[in-house]
Amino acid sequence: MTTQQPSTVQPPTYAHFVLAHLRKDLRLEWRAKDSINGMLFFSLLVVVVFSLAFDPTAYPTIARQISGGLLWVGLLFAAMTALNQSWSRELRNQVLDAQRLAPSPASTLFLGKAAANFLFVTAVEIVLAPVFAVFYNLHPLGQTWLLLLVLPLGTWALVVNGTFFAALSLRTRNRELLLPLVLFPISLPALLAMIQATTDVLTGEFAPNLWIKVLFAYVVVFTTACLLLFETVLQAD
Amino acid sequence: MSVTTPATNARKLQIGGIVWLALTIIVLAIGFYHACTAPTEATMGNLYRVFFYHFPHTILSFLFPYLNCFASFAFLYWRTRNPESAAKADAFALASAEATVLYASVGLATGMLWGRAAWGIWWTWDARLTTYLLLWLLYVSYLLVRRLSAAGQTEVISAVLAIFAAIDIPICFMSIRWWRTQHPAPVFGGSADSGIDPSMYPAVWWNLIAWLMWGIFIVGLRYAIERRRQRAASANALGFLYEDAALEAR
Repeated sequence: MTTQQPSTVQPPTYAHFVLAHLRKDLRLEWRAKDSINGMLFFSLLVVVVFSLAFDPTAYPTIARQISGGLLWVGLLFAAMTALNQSWSRELRNQVLDAQRLAPSPASTLFLGKAAANFLFVTAVEIVLAPVFAVFYNLHPLGQTWLLLLVLPLGTWALVVNGTFFAALSLRTRNRELLLPLVLFPISLPALLAMIQATTDVLTGEFAPNLWIKVLFAYVVVFTTACLLLFETVLQAD
Repeated sequence: MSVTTPATNARKLQIGGIVWLALTIIVLAIGFYHACTAPTEATMGNLYRVFFYHFPHTILSFLFPYLNCFASFAFLYWRTRNPESAAKADAFALASAEATVLYASVGLATGMLWGRAAWGIWWTWDARLTTYLLLWLLYVSYLLVRRLSAAGQTEVISAVLAIFAAIDIPICFMSIRWWRTQHPAPVFGGSADSGIDPSMYPAVWWNLIAWLMWGIFIVGLRYAIERRRQRAASANALGFLYEDAALEAR
């Protein structure tokens, strides 16, 4: 028995709803590809612009020390362009009003969209990380495999709050302006943790364990807060 | 309750406010007197007197965010149950957030004056200063959201944001402490309030009380203004409703 049949006796579970939302967002992105293309090119531009600020190949030590920060700042800016788009899709043809009437839990909509945004930003990272390593001539001195932990955690930390606040500022004036104004201050502890963890991995001077823990705590706390409060935000007026 | 007219209640509140303001000004004057007559500090001379203003403002700017958070929770609780109480909670949340930004701004400014005198620099990225700047940034963004959001949603959006900000503050505080203790930190004499001379106590306490009273006054005043604005807005909306009804009846 598949979920495609609407006449099934069993009511759909929470996971079904999340997957349905996720699948819808992935399909939309697959057809248009505007979020990922925009993010990719934008972050590539950020890499180039930052390389004007200092010469990464001439100073490998400095490159190791600051490219963790540059990578995350670039990703943050790139994610910002996609986050706004991901909700404005829902505004067309009053889709959002239909979502508010839907009998599925509101948090499934949020979770599905956050997961979709997470996948988009991860796709950008998979392309961007090698580009960073090549352009900035990076030779990480720490345990590189830890980046496999730091990158997804950091991405989820950015995306979960980003998706939430994009929904929050959806029906406001100056939507594009409002999102960074709200998201940056809230994300500062997460940014600090992910930048420090990445820098620790690249320089190999400290163990990044503490920062991974901070990041994990941040992710758990804010994912919970987002899930609990999303219903309120969706039914804001 | 409804028998006592709102007009007399408002009158009573007004008189109470004026009395409170007068008391506040007296206590502020006493505080100012003590701040000026406290013995001159050994190393910094008269410049240290800014501390008597820096201390109460920073302490109190950690009090108002809690009030803001409580008011936001109260708003979300009452939103669907009791619109009148919800509007009151929202007005209080706005008032306390503005007081937070005001006190934190004064705290930052006086802190920079102090830093310039004590350390020779205006600013350093040590744990306390960074956390404090983040507190300021969070509540400035809260006020910006209140300005930029569309009418009708401002209350919910800002209440949610206030809760996020309140969750963020302890995480911020801890992570920045770890950040600055893991890496070598500049060794500035961090705690200025750890060992002050007993002869300076009156100046510290009078100023703390005075600025607390002043804070209560401006929060109350701002709350009253916001309540008035809310009433005007709802009366305006009702007026439109009546106009529509009149047009339809025609």
